[in-house]
Amino acid sequence: MNLSRKWLNEFVNLPLSEYDDRSFAEAMTVSGSKVEVTEDLSKSIKNVKVGRIVKLDKHPDSDHMLVAQIDVGGEAPVQICTGAWNVHEGDLVPAALHNALLPNGTKITKGKLRGVESCGMLCSLKELGCTVHDFPYGEIKAAALLNDYHPLDPAKPSVSADIKAGDRIFGAVIAAQVKSVAPAGVNLWDTVLDTGSGEAALVSDCQNLHAGDLAALDTKTKRILTPDDLHAEQKEFPHCIPDGILILHEDCKPGDDMGELLGLDDHVVEFEITPNRPDCLCMIGLAREAAVTFHKELKLHEPQVKAAAGGDINELTKVFVEDPLCVRYTARMVKNVKIAPSPAWMRERIRNAGMRPINNIVDITNYVMLEYGQPMHAFDFSCVKGGEIHVRCAREGESIQTLDGTERRLTPSMLCICDTEKPVGVAGVMGGANSEIVGDTAMVLFESANFNGTSIRRTATALGMRTDASSRYEKGLDPQNTYAAVQRACELIELLGAGEVVEGVIDVCPNELRQTTVKLEPEKINALLGTDLSEQIMRDILLSLGFTLKGDTIFVPSWRADVEHYSDIAEEVARFYGYNEIPTAFSGGISTAGGYTELQQLERKIGECCRSMGLDEIITYSFISPAYYDKIRMPADSPLRDSLKILNPLGEDTSIMRTTILPSMLEILTRNYNYRNRQAALYEIGRIYLKRPDGMADEPKIVSLGGYGEKMDFFVLKGWVEKLLKELGAEKLRFVAEKQNPSYHPGRCARVYAGDVEIGVLGEIHPLVAANYGVDAAFYCAELRFDALNKAKGALPVYKPLPRFPSVTRDIAVVCRADIPVGELSECILKNGGEYLKDCTIFDVYTGSHVAPGCKSVAFSLTMRSDEQTLTVEHAEETIARVLMALREEYDAVMR
Amino acid sequence: MKELMQSLREASIKAINESDNPESIEALRVKYLGKKGELTAILRQMGKLTPEERPVMGQLANQLREEIEQAIDLRKTILSKAILEKQLESEAVDVTLPGREQPVGHKHPMYNVLDQIKDIFIGMGFEIVDGPEVELADYNFTKLNIDEGHPSRDWTDTFYFTEDGRILLRTQTSPMQVHAMETRSLPIRMIAPGRVYRKDEVDATHSPMFHQIEGMVIDKGVTMADLKATLNLVVEKIYGKGTVTRFRPHHFPFTEPSCELDIQCHKCGGKGCPTCKGEGWIEVLGAGMVHPKVLSGCGIDPDVYSGWAFGMGLERLAMGEYKITDLRLIFENDVRFLEQF
Repeated sequence: MNLSRKWLNEFVNLPLSEYDDRSFAEAMTVSGSKVEVTEDLSKSIKNVKVGRIVKLDKHPDSDHMLVAQIDVGGEAPVQICTGAWNVHEGDLVPAALHNALLPNGTKITKGKLRGVESCGMLCSLKELGCTVHDFPYGEIKAAALLNDYHPLDPAKPSVSADIKAGDRIFGAVIAAQVKSVAPAGVNLWDTVLDTGSGEAALVSDCQNLHAGDLAALDTKTKRILTPDDLHAEQKEFPHCIPDGILILHEDCKPGDDMGELLGLDDHVVEFEITPNRPDCLCMIGLAREAAVTFHKELKLHEPQVKAAAGGDINELTKVFVEDPLCVRYTARMVKNVKIAPSPAWMRERIRNAGMRPINNIVDITNYVMLEYGQPMHAFDFSCVKGGEIHVRCAREGESIQTLDGTERRLTPSMLCICDTEKPVGVAGVMGGANSEIVGDTAMVLFESANFNGTSIRRTATALGMRTDASSRYEKGLDPQNTYAAVQRACELIELLGAGEVVEGVIDVCPNELRQTTVKLEPEKINALLGTDLSEQIMRDILLSLGFTLKGDTIFVPSWRADVEHYSDIAEEVARFYGYNEIPTAFSGGISTAGGYTELQQLERKIGECCRSMGLDEIITYSFISPAYYDKIRMPADSPLRDSLKILNPLGEDTSIMRTTILPSMLEILTRNYNYRNRQAALYEIGRIYLKRPDGMADEPKIVSLGGYGEKMDFFVLKGWVEKLLKELGAEKLRFVAEKQNPSYHPGRCARVYAGDVEIGVLGEIHPLVAANYGVDAAFYCAELRFDALNKAKGALPVYKPLPRFPSVTRDIAVVCRADIPVGELSECILKNGGEYLKDCTIFDVYTGSHVAPGCKSVAFSLTMRSDEQTLTVEHAEETIARVLMALREEYDAVMR
Repeated sequence: MKELMQSLREASIKAINESDNPESIEALRVKYLGKKGELTAILRQMGKLTPEERPVMGQLANQLREEIEQAIDLRKTILSKAILEKQLESEAVDVTLPGREQPVGHKHPMYNVLDQIKDIFIGMGFEIVDGPEVELADYNFTKLNIDEGHPSRDWTDTFYFTEDGRILLRTQTSPMQVHAMETRSLPIRMIAPGRVYRKDEVDATHSPMFHQIEGMVIDKGVTMADLKATLNLVVEKIYGKGTVTRFRPHHFPFTEPSCELDIQCHKCGGKGCPTCKGEGWIEVLGAGMVHPKVLSGCGIDPDVYSGWAFGMGLERLAMGEYKITDLRLIFENDVRFLEQF
């Protein structure tokens, strides 16, 4: 919502000189109307003055430029060169002087144009940031001047180069030389022409005629012709263009500031209005807030309509509200409408509010919307078939061409304004082209209605057209506002002389409008706010906001549908007492212990451990593409393919909730790989989403590890998993080869257990999966269940006395069948080593020419120690012997 | 004899101070103080002295011995120090050569910030609560006073799993308020961080998945003054002591009165600059007193208990803290990004 400070002063006296932008914005913001930005419009235009052309000469060194002497209110005229041909001596023009700034950002400095000094620039509408809607008389019509004729093909000119007055061009069209030009009204000139055989005098609306020009005169119609009339292309008359300098017809004099004339001596404040306060989407609403904020009087006036046309609207039309989505429909009729531009003050306010002026009738509807917050619509009543208005939902198959020219297919959920046959408007969204106000509209029906906000929003969304009206309606407007708004519109009609208002108002309101009351409970309000405010302060604030009070009953004004509870009253009081005046004080209450739960501590510990191993944390999307299941080669019949599906996803890529975290990790590894990062080691503690029979999800957490790079292999990955599990105090770790998981390399994948608890899976990603990701490198991933880690985690460690006696280390190497897992051998060693064997580590596995085919050599380092004495050689040898015997018996592994 | 001793003193001290290695000092010791040394030679002539002269000369000789010994020790210390210095000099390394890299992982920057906030609240007696992301519309909307027809319930804004709109991806962490009120015993002091989802296309400031932190206090006698005091403290802990805050009215369906908390822009001190988009203030979080309707809807008597709640966006906070300019970086997980934090 854009608020013009100049306009605001009509309601609340807050002059810019006393309340600068900053203090105004701050005060409004902390009372609840948040200011986004403030724009000083006058800064967009600098040093552009109204000038009068006192002399106009041809440029000595240019065939198309003019040199003008401009009176800009100073002692001597200023010389400015221009290429535009629509200017005349005596014209008032916008003159951008040396060091001027134009609204489009252009800076003007003086200089020389073809050797002639030019101390500025004369401005067109466009250069002033305006359109013909701002200055309807700014439309320019250019005659085809034969002295500007440039043939398309020099060899075959349509008009000969030596054409002179009286020569025939075609038919009744002859060349005629302009003898004199004198103003005859806005954009009209008394023109005298030499026709070769005599003189012709006529009034022309072409603005580029000057004495000496050779024009094309239609002797039959007595009109001077344009390039269009001659069926010529624009480039044949390159300087006879429908563009040029804006000739001013305003109440102004040389030296006046153009910025002020354009209404740019204003500051526009842009508010972010919360959706609960649609009443603030207009001047009056914001003025009310401003008045209370600054403790000023709010000046409102009740519209007065003379209705001089007599008659009665009820004799002319009937309104039938056939659907409860229309809460209220208020209408008035205007006869003898004269479509014209609206006055400058109205155009200026509409422009500064961010809208475009169109014509008086349309501008009035917009003006009332900006002032009262009530969207209005004006129908050309002659286009309303049967003279009746039916407010109903669209019928199957109906469509309408809206004012923007688009054909809209309507559905039965869309509320429409219809005549007896067809829709003439989409209620609260946009009118129909079939009843549009046009130049010859004579009878206008003003609609000021209230519709169900949600319905309007859905219709606008479905049609893809959020308009100024619909965005107001969708928040739920005050149904009491329709009457005042239509009255205001009619008052403006009379003020502007745009038509004659017919007697009577149609006002259909099927259901009684409710009056909200709330009990004033000062102690409850103080208890909620932590304040000690007097009841009088509360009453004063409420009264100034338009609430009324009878005893302790608060009557909520109709525009405040958001207030229905004492807590809402508390907010009103707090807003104007000042949120920042409320004290800060900790409430006593019962103290709570707080703290991290055991599971939260575990999660933190896992994170810490991962980072200590050099893994970086990632955060990935919870939703994935269903194609990802194929990418990781998930079997077609896997129950994990039964994901929760988002019915309205942003795209296929984010359309299902992941049931496995693997694709997320692979996506990030792939991205890093494609970014040519040489290595990556990553972890995430993320959720997967498993569908439950009730349609909701179990959302267990998974610890996902992943990496690639030069230093990465299966055993680095396994090292991560082992370290993590050991740090958590998990015991009896087992790694079992996993050949069936299709996402992983069948020979480089393991399931990990802590005792009987299955923790998860780890391994090298299957090359086919890697290929699916377009990667030719080895990726390593682990997926560990958080709940299993929690189950497997150990208790607090118990101190074990440090060894008092030295240990003895012996290395042995055994040869066995190549397919025996080494893990089993070391388990066998530890099981059979006896009391002195404390540790067994593998330090070499060898296959090759020095062992028999199908066999391998495995070397272990055995650590032996006694807790009672220094170990003797005999003790050590006895242990080794037991180990070797067990290995031979159980695995046929023999000492090498 | 006295003269002899004097010339020995001068010659020996000079020789000692000129010696430049430990071996030559040792040789000098033998030369002057040894059994066959020069001082001994002088003492041998004591016999020629009178009995009165003997003790005097003896004392002088002992004094000379001591002087020479001291000179030797001093010289030795100086020399060995020089040797050590030389050795250390030869062992010098180029300290500008890079250190050997030690692998250390990095917490995701956003979780750095989250953990900081968790710790602040834990310190104030809060608990951390976790809840479902696949949620009932009832919890995400209805029980939070967000009626049917509210724009946030639109299919253009919220991800749905069922045609009837009953099950959805939570659009805010606020349903955790309802879960907490329904399942926990009073009083409640909790925060609930987590993922939330909205139908926003990915760009520099939007993502269909992002994170919020919800917080709520329910107790007897909780007031807006308490909300202000607590959140002011939290903001000071995040942004530093002396951070200036501003509370301004706002609207949330499930709190009343509602507010937003701004901090004064630290870059311009409130004057207005590009960081704060000229406003002088930076919006940090939304908060308010838990709506009495929400309380009673969750079975808590609003005449006995009151509460306040807040919600803040984690991404924006982290982006502000680390001056991250594009939200996409957060979910891109490029290691060159992650390793900066």
